[in-house]
Amino acid sequence: MPMTITEKILAAHAGKEQVVPGELINARVDFVLGNDITAPVAIKEFEKIGVPDVFDRERVTLVPDHFTPNKDIKSAEQAMLVKQFSKKHNLANYFEVGRMGIEHCLLPEQGLVGPGDLVTGADSHTCTYGALGAFSTGVGSTDLAAAMALGETWLKVPESIKFEFAGVLKPWVGGKDLILYTIGDIGVDGALYQAMEFTGPAIENLSMDGRFTMCNMAIEAGGKNGIIAPDEITRTYVEGRCKRSYQFYQSDPDAKYDKVIHYDASRIEPQVAFPHLPENSRPVSEAGNVEIDQVVIGSCTNGRIEDLREAAKLLQGRKVHKNVRMVIFPGTQEIYLQALREGLIEIFVESGGAVSTPTCGPCLGGHMGILAKGERAVATTNRNFVGRMGHPESEVYLANPAVAAASAILGRIAGPGEVE
Amino acid sequence: MQFNGKAHKFGNDVNTDYIISGKYKFKTLDMKELAKHVMEDLDPGFYGKVTAGDFIIGGTNFGCGSSREQAPLAIKYADVSAVLAKSFARIFYRNAINTGLPVVECDTGQIDQGDELTVNLAAGIIENKTKGATIPVKPLPAVMIKILNDGGLAAHFREYGGFNFD
Repeated sequence: MPMTITEKILAAHAGKEQVVPGELINARVDFVLGNDITAPVAIKEFEKIGVPDVFDRERVTLVPDHFTPNKDIKSAEQAMLVKQFSKKHNLANYFEVGRMGIEHCLLPEQGLVGPGDLVTGADSHTCTYGALGAFSTGVGSTDLAAAMALGETWLKVPESIKFEFAGVLKPWVGGKDLILYTIGDIGVDGALYQAMEFTGPAIENLSMDGRFTMCNMAIEAGGKNGIIAPDEITRTYVEGRCKRSYQFYQSDPDAKYDKVIHYDASRIEPQVAFPHLPENSRPVSEAGNVEIDQVVIGSCTNGRIEDLREAAKLLQGRKVHKNVRMVIFPGTQEIYLQALREGLIEIFVESGGAVSTPTCGPCLGGHMGILAKGERAVATTNRNFVGRMGHPESEVYLANPAVAAASAILGRIAGPGEVE
Repeated sequence: MQFNGKAHKFGNDVNTDYIISGKYKFKTLDMKELAKHVMEDLDPGFYGKVTAGDFIIGGTNFGCGSSREQAPLAIKYADVSAVLAKSFARIFYRNAINTGLPVVECDTGQIDQGDELTVNLAAGIIENKTKGATIPVKPLPAVMIKILNDGGLAAHFREYGGFNFD
């Protein structure tokens, strides 16, 4: 029977010839992760389960990225639990501040996850790794604890929706715009419990960084996973990087989908998602005059080197508007160093921006850029829920790094074309 | 499992930041303390309005957003007995079952703020006593009933040493 890429990966990990949507399976996991918010709860649950050790010290990692460098005593205590557990169980990978990066930028970069993997992580944006052609999904702390203990998890096989993006992208349009456009079309529960498979010429020509951005936000449409079939772009990225063997899966041409949705990607403009849901996306040209107080460039969605290059292209030789603070968060230390070597950090500082060490920071209202009552931010992050970046009466507008940079320069939501 | 209480009604797409704001999540592992802030951005002082056994009523996509288990735990520790919604976001749904918070998919359009309800999970019946009506329930898969009955996933594992869905 024909299967989708998602079904094939799940079948392989459940030891079955085939699986069908709706079926409950018990599957082997290749890699599990948690962070400084979810891991402390998972550690408590792990101890309740009562097994002496994790299933495989090479395949469990807990990344302290959300409130680090530790924001205060309470967050330091949470991070300490993560460190102590990692030491006690001799986990092969522990990333202390200075080596730490935002988990969903860090793990692919370090080659810890790869094509064909089944990954579960106690962070909703774990769906990011679908960009590599892996099945990867977010779970909670108890699920993480169970997977750390057993190396297995139970899953319901999702139905798949196939999104076909035809055409060639306009300038300054990337993965962020394609996914915001998609969420705007289908809504924040448009893919509830389902696999979102991104296909078509525009995806085949999309860089790895753009693919990570797209799959990262599958959860914002309620999706269980986002996935892109691996190809030569994937191969170039994973070769010499992946620390384990990997496998390329493809959907069968006659695989069954719940829906097939076609978009002409050549007509998609840079998008902005208005408060307070990612589905409130519209072309930046229709944003109107929205003055802003802050710009955030970074996060697990858009904190990669290409994102920084895109922002730097516009910021070079220009200044951040006098009423705006711009904070930039490279996703990992490697990305930071690369940006430094390419002169991007210098461009950001000269333009009047602040550059931070990697952290999730303001994306979840944690630290390093919290909004006061009534303040507005343009952010390259993934959520614009009420109070997400600070005060319940503050506002977050989601956009790609070029729109964020253009907005920083003009002090209002602006398209890249307005500053070029 | 039968619960009696009144309905606290919310809209569609109630996200995990509404349930428990991100700014509290790092502060403590004490869920009773976190529970005091549950739903406060949507309904200030909500914690004080709940009588043990009450229900949270949602629309579609309840619990969308983050994977943090603090969301169902904060609800559970606020002494809410179950969440009823038209549909749930999948990670929230898993987390609720895994931590022992009953979640029920049903037509919550038939429930108004303050209605007195009786929910019987095993029988799959919701009785709206205020309106004198019964609301059909989409039954939970057997796997999830088993985990709930065992008191959550950790307790299930302690009992069986792994998954036991037979």
